[in-house]
Amino acid sequence: MITYEPVIGFEIHVELKTLSKMFCGCPADHFGKPPNSQTCPVCLGLPGALPVPNAKAIDWCLKLGLALGCQVNLHSKFDRKNYFYPDLPKGYQISQYDQPFCHSGHLALLSGKNIRITRVHMEEDTAKMQHTEINGEKLSLIDFNRSGVPLVEVVTEPDFSSSDEAVEFLKEIQVIVRDLDISTADMEKGSMRLEANISMRPQGQTKLPEYKVEIKNVNSFRFIKKSMDFEQSRQTQLLNSGVSPVQETRGFNESKGETVSQRRKEQAHDYRYFPEPDIPPFVFSPHYIESIRRTLPKLSSVNRQELSDTYGLSTANAYIICSDHKMYTYFIHLASTMPDKTKYISDFIINKRYGEKFPETPEKLLALINESQNSFQIDPKILSEKVSNILSQYPQAVSDYQSGKIQARSYLIGQVKKSLGNVETAQISMIIKELYG
Amino acid sequence: MKLNQLSISEAKIGLKNKQFSSQELVEACLQQISRYNSKFNVFLKMNDQALKEAEKSDISRPFGGIPIAVKDNFLTLGLTTTASADLLSGYRPQYESTVTARLKSAGAIIIGKTNMDAWAHGSSTETSDFGPTLNPWDATRLPGGSSGGSAAAVAADMCLGAIGSETAGSIRQPASWCSVTGFKPTYGRTSRYGVIAMASSTDSPGPMTKTVADSALMLSVIAGQDPFDATSSPEPVLDYVKNMKTLTKRKFAIGFPKEYLEVLEPEIKPLIIAAIEKLEALGHSVKETSLIHPKYSIGVYTILQRSEVSSNLARFDGIRFGKDRTAFGQEAKRRIMLGTYTLSVGLYDQYYRKAQQVRTLIINDFNRAFSQFDLIINPPTPGPALKIGATRNQPMFGELQDILAEPSSIAGLPGISLPCGFVNGLPVGFGLIAPQFHEPDILAVSHAFQQTTDYHLQKPIL
Amino acid sequence: MDIKQIASLANLQLSPEQEQLFSSQLTDTLKNISIINELDTQNVIPTSQVTGLENITRPDVIDRTRVLNQEQAISQARRSHRGYIVVPSVI
Repeated sequence: MITYEPVIGFEIHVELKTLSKMFCGCPADHFGKPPNSQTCPVCLGLPGALPVPNAKAIDWCLKLGLALGCQVNLHSKFDRKNYFYPDLPKGYQISQYDQPFCHSGHLALLSGKNIRITRVHMEEDTAKMQHTEINGEKLSLIDFNRSGVPLVEVVTEPDFSSSDEAVEFLKEIQVIVRDLDISTADMEKGSMRLEANISMRPQGQTKLPEYKVEIKNVNSFRFIKKSMDFEQSRQTQLLNSGVSPVQETRGFNESKGETVSQRRKEQAHDYRYFPEPDIPPFVFSPHYIESIRRTLPKLSSVNRQELSDTYGLSTANAYIICSDHKMYTYFIHLASTMPDKTKYISDFIINKRYGEKFPETPEKLLALINESQNSFQIDPKILSEKVSNILSQYPQAVSDYQSGKIQARSYLIGQVKKSLGNVETAQISMIIKELYG
Repeated sequence: MKLNQLSISEAKIGLKNKQFSSQELVEACLQQISRYNSKFNVFLKMNDQALKEAEKSDISRPFGGIPIAVKDNFLTLGLTTTASADLLSGYRPQYESTVTARLKSAGAIIIGKTNMDAWAHGSSTETSDFGPTLNPWDATRLPGGSSGGSAAAVAADMCLGAIGSETAGSIRQPASWCSVTGFKPTYGRTSRYGVIAMASSTDSPGPMTKTVADSALMLSVIAGQDPFDATSSPEPVLDYVKNMKTLTKRKFAIGFPKEYLEVLEPEIKPLIIAAIEKLEALGHSVKETSLIHPKYSIGVYTILQRSEVSSNLARFDGIRFGKDRTAFGQEAKRRIMLGTYTLSVGLYDQYYRKAQQVRTLIINDFNRAFSQFDLIINPPTPGPALKIGATRNQPMFGELQDILAEPSSIAGLPGISLPCGFVNGLPVGFGLIAPQFHEPDILAVSHAFQQTTDYHLQKPIL
Repeated sequence: MDIKQIASLANLQLSPEQEQLFSSQLTDTLKNISIINELDTQNVIPTSQVTGLENITRPDVIDRTRVLNQEQAISQARRSHRGYIVVPSVI
């Protein structure tokens, strides 16, 4: 029996949190607003309306592209992607075809594997459609508030060989987008949308399979992983029985944990792209691109590396602290004043889950660490060292303990607690046993 | 002379000198319309507030109290806008086009919306879904198109001036068939915001008036960059009226392309030659020149325009406004089909891209010619008005008729059509084109021509 | 040329008579316009913008002057329901 391996690529749509829409001055923040209350002739596709691009949206697209190691096309333009659907008011979407703003980037996974990013381009969002039934008639309700909101699309090469790799990548994209503060990248709210393309090929083969299955409308990392895993086994089964999986779009049924075919009418995919005549082209100077590059903040990935290298934090702790800018700033501040207690600090901050309220001064935090009512675990190695240091001051008591005097043990534990605060007795006990027998 | 027969310039003087009121002006136009509109089918929709607006008009404004007709592809708040298409029957726009907004701000009174070829697809006004407009000079003939209604409205003195739009010939050709002055500005000189799009890369709103001086007046009001139109030009708006007068004395180098003359029907050639001689008599130097034959422009324009049309008409799906796509007329369907084809996968390079390359050749050719000449003679049409029914079974009627307007339209150049005489009682138009944003040169030479001729003063017997 | 395919892409419904008529008319038109192939365009850059303009954008500000209220937005729709624009279900 042949072993198959997955070939996975992604298209990620990021909804930008600009104030206004991509081609008009309507508010872009559409969440929870009454239907069709934030439209204008442009985004409603009224006769005679014309698009004018949002400068900040373009800058943010360039920013994301640069953060993802892309090259910028110094000559770029918008194109029309022509197709008919009720959520597309003009009957075409203004997007980018052969001269996207950014291309040829990459992002490395923790394993060191490089994922190639084909392109990062701009387009406008479609309207929102809801399907319902009124008086027995099946209807679709359209709300154009979302029509025209700026979207950045990130397209990867089919470089993922496992669902785990894909999820790691997707999470990192979310972190980067939030680092750049260009989108809330909230999957539940739809400001970050994922489309997976997955197929299977015999292990070792390098040629791309003849088909691919698209998975859409999955809005959590957990479920996208489940859907990829399900597809992997579904497609493998088919291939093993000599059947090539159908090229189609599938959704994910959360309750069943299965992907399902979305039997939408197959539209001929001839988008008849041509340059958008209503928008003059873009010519960027290298100087301008550099000015955008200079606005890039230090990315979380860099900060994480620093926390591990400089302060010895675990990958997991570094990840958590870096994901919250306030927590990160607070940690750095404390760590610089108490460099020998960084592990205590990181544990304490994370375990106590300080949200908005952090203790004001490092002294206060240290006091809290020491006086904490809930005893907590300290890194055994560090504790061991500390206990050893403390107890070296009481050689008589140690020798009494070693000769079996029970009170000596309590005495030693008491001395440790006096010095370190409310550390778990069991932990101290164990260490004393390890140290002195 | 009746008040509705005045030009805009004359009316402004009369209003200022309190010889008559704006209401009287509007009333005179309305009377003319009520007498002749059912015969000529010029107006699709009347502004029933026109007299009220006239009462409140401020004549100190550039167009204060002046009744103007507007082609029905300009969105106007409070007046239905249909582009003469059944699909948009009864459409009440939710916003105003920039051009009409500027005219209104300048005090103009929009008296009504005029008939056109449906969706501007044509050069006859015969493809209107609401019946053709008849030519005021000969009711058995067409007024031209697609701004046929606006041309007829001016020719029949139903208004003092009108707004039209040109994609390739749609201002200049009906102006020539109806003996009015039609001015197509440089592409990007006037805003397309609120004009139902035909070919996005060539559509140019412009004035249709009784005189060149009126044209300059109207251009001054409607020209200028619009933040709602990304293709509108930041080029400063000049004082076109002042320029027109100051430049009248200047002598220009004018070329006349032999290829353009070749295309003319024999009956009108003598009038065109006479007009050229007139320019020489005014002191300008006129020399023969050569340009890429306009027959190639037909191909370029047909492809580019129909491709853009196929995309621009995609928003008419009957969901947010209008009827569904079964309401499209045959001409619209035909153009959409061809445009869809020429943009298709595998055919794009052969048609659309090739057409854009030939476009570059045509632009370069004009640049070369304009390094030698200030202006180029460009008769707007091969011949005078055709009979009703001429467009039947002619799948490329519009594009063939506009052969002489297409090169300059493709290149985005400004151009004018001026009355230059009559043949068998039918008006003949003469034309000039210039480099981009050289409107003042065209206006100066044309104004001088009109000051020494009286063709533009002739009125039809309705 | 597949007339049915083009009509489908263009979201147009054609009667059989129209299909036949358009088929022959389009073929004629294509023949007519193929005259442009007589001109040599090797190395010629296509022109899609005659204005020469570049980098035209607008600042990221909300412009309330153009925003339509719900009533205006749906006023011209054939069918609406509680502020939504309605179409027969596409599923």
